[in-house]
Amino acid sequence: MKKIVILGAGTGGTIMANKLRKALDREEWEITIVDKHKTHYYQPGFLFIPFGIYKKQDVIKSKADFIPSGVKLIFNEIDKIEPENNKVILEGGQILNYDFLIIATGTHVSPEDTPGLKEELWHKEIFDFYTIEGALALREFFETWQGGRLVMNIAELPFKCPVAPLEFVFLADEYFTKAGIRNKVDITYVTPLPGAFTKPKATKMLGELLKEKNITVIPDFYLESVDNKEKKIKSYDGKEIPFDVLTIVPVNKGDDAIERSGMGDDLNYIPTDKQTLRSEKYENIFVLGDASNIPTSKAGSVVHFASDVVFDNLMCSIKGRRMRAHFDGHANCYIETGFGKGSIIDFNYETEPLAGNYPLPGIGPFGLLQNTKMNHYGKVIFRWIYWHILLKGKELPVESEMSMAGKKK
Amino acid sequence: MAQKTYAGVTLEVTEDGYLVDSTKWNEEIAKEIAKEEGIELTDKHFAVLKYIRENQAGLTIRKVGKSGIVDIKGFYDLFPGGPLKLSSKIAGINKPTSCV
Ligand SMILES: Cc1cc2nc3c(=O)[nH]c(=O)nc-3n(C[C@H](O)[C@H](O)[C@H](O)COP(=O)(O)OP(=O)(O)OC[C@H]3O[C@@H](n4cnc5c(N)ncnc54)[C@H](O)[C@@H]3O)c2cc1C
Repeated sequence: MKKIVILGAGTGGTIMANKLRKALDREEWEITIVDKHKTHYYQPGFLFIPFGIYKKQDVIKSKADFIPSGVKLIFNEIDKIEPENNKVILEGGQILNYDFLIIATGTHVSPEDTPGLKEELWHKEIFDFYTIEGALALREFFETWQGGRLVMNIAELPFKCPVAPLEFVFLADEYFTKAGIRNKVDITYVTPLPGAFTKPKATKMLGELLKEKNITVIPDFYLESVDNKEKKIKSYDGKEIPFDVLTIVPVNKGDDAIERSGMGDDLNYIPTDKQTLRSEKYENIFVLGDASNIPTSKAGSVVHFASDVVFDNLMCSIKGRRMRAHFDGHANCYIETGFGKGSIIDFNYETEPLAGNYPLPGIGPFGLLQNTKMNHYGKVIFRWIYWHILLKGKELPVESEMSMAGKKK
Repeated sequence: MAQKTYAGVTLEVTEDGYLVDSTKWNEEIAKEIAKEEGIELTDKHFAVLKYIRENQAGLTIRKVGKSGIVDIKGFYDLFPGGPLKLSSKIAGINKPTSCV
């Protein structure tokens, strides 16, 4: 029996388990998937929890429900990969041998990396919303907050879903307006980037929207530490910003198992060929999703598009043929902008987000870099699509490769 | 594309003032670009510039901070404001891009 092992049963791992089990003969190929958690979180939903739009039960389901029969599902911590010996060691010593390995262990927040961040104010007046615990604690805080200085800060680049903190401040503007206390809430967006976003056209559009909503942007701020006593964030070059409540995207890192295996860069991301999505170093290892170091967004949409490429190239490799699929870095992000509206950006390695229309057959068009109700609706139905179509590895009416149709240059 | 003369050499630069061809760079050129930015280069600066020229791919402030040459605070002290952007400019390499 030949063996494929998938590490991580999040977005990417689950999609691959479904695609591969359908394609490969059960008599010939054994497929095993490993994850330490039994619950599958719909992470994009975390954004809505602090504002009471989603509740915990809206974003969780059992992982096992999404893994097809015929795939062995193991719940355990991955201790280490030994790529030279084609094996994975789980906590407690269980060994999994493989012919091909797919690593989809994602990225996670590491507040421990910033001095002062995870101290007495953590989840009391300092919150992340990239974990279920943080999002729920912030929900409780916001429910009775009387107003003050709300600071949204990003600690380090890259971080997953780079539009999420922007969406967060847009939704906060709406939430406090509806609560009748917007005039008592001062919202400041503090980022290590030189502007609201990385690419020029999107930065301009989003920057204007922030201004319209009376949200102050402080760019080029690289966080060094958090002062819990004085309630300030401090940058490496001595800037200080006071807060009453700090919402933060802590340093994002690949999993510690990658570090333990000596396979990652300084943030535990795995060097991956950005076109074939195969490990730069090992011919029988593919890296899917946030765990890789490819230069595009760490986002569910990217994972979805990339999964087609990993699937194709793995099938070629299994048959001993040359890999023929190439990833273009395609990312497609809905951006909630508050008050029932949204925007959408669509881009890849080469093309920055452009304005125009996004012609999604049967559903669209959505307005690219525009602020419309239709775009907001897109984000709302995405949760349904995620659970019912995407995770199951079914086809969506979207091509993996980015299309220039509808885009204005 | 614009042109600029540094240390007696006329060079192509981008609209943000970054050298187009990093192979044309030398220490004299670096000193003059630095002067424009209000920085007087010391040996410590040059040690950082050397590291930056040798490690252009995927450069981040964090990586420079782990280089063993300076820590992040020291990097900011040497190139105040935007250390990665400034040091890349003075080192004659492309403007750093952050991918989304
Ligand atoms: C607040 C927020 C909003 C977001 N919004 C959007 C959005 O609007 N659109 C979008 O496209 N994307 C969005 N994302 C990003 C998206 O959720 C992720 O990019 C996507 O889920 C990544 O998939 P993945 O398979 O790479 O990793 P994950 O889905 O994170 O899966 C990784 C899995 O590996 C497991 N694992 C890791 N290490 C180990 C170990 N040592 N042992 C055992 N198991 C391990 C983990 O338990 C986890 O289940 C958002 C994310 C957040 C946090």
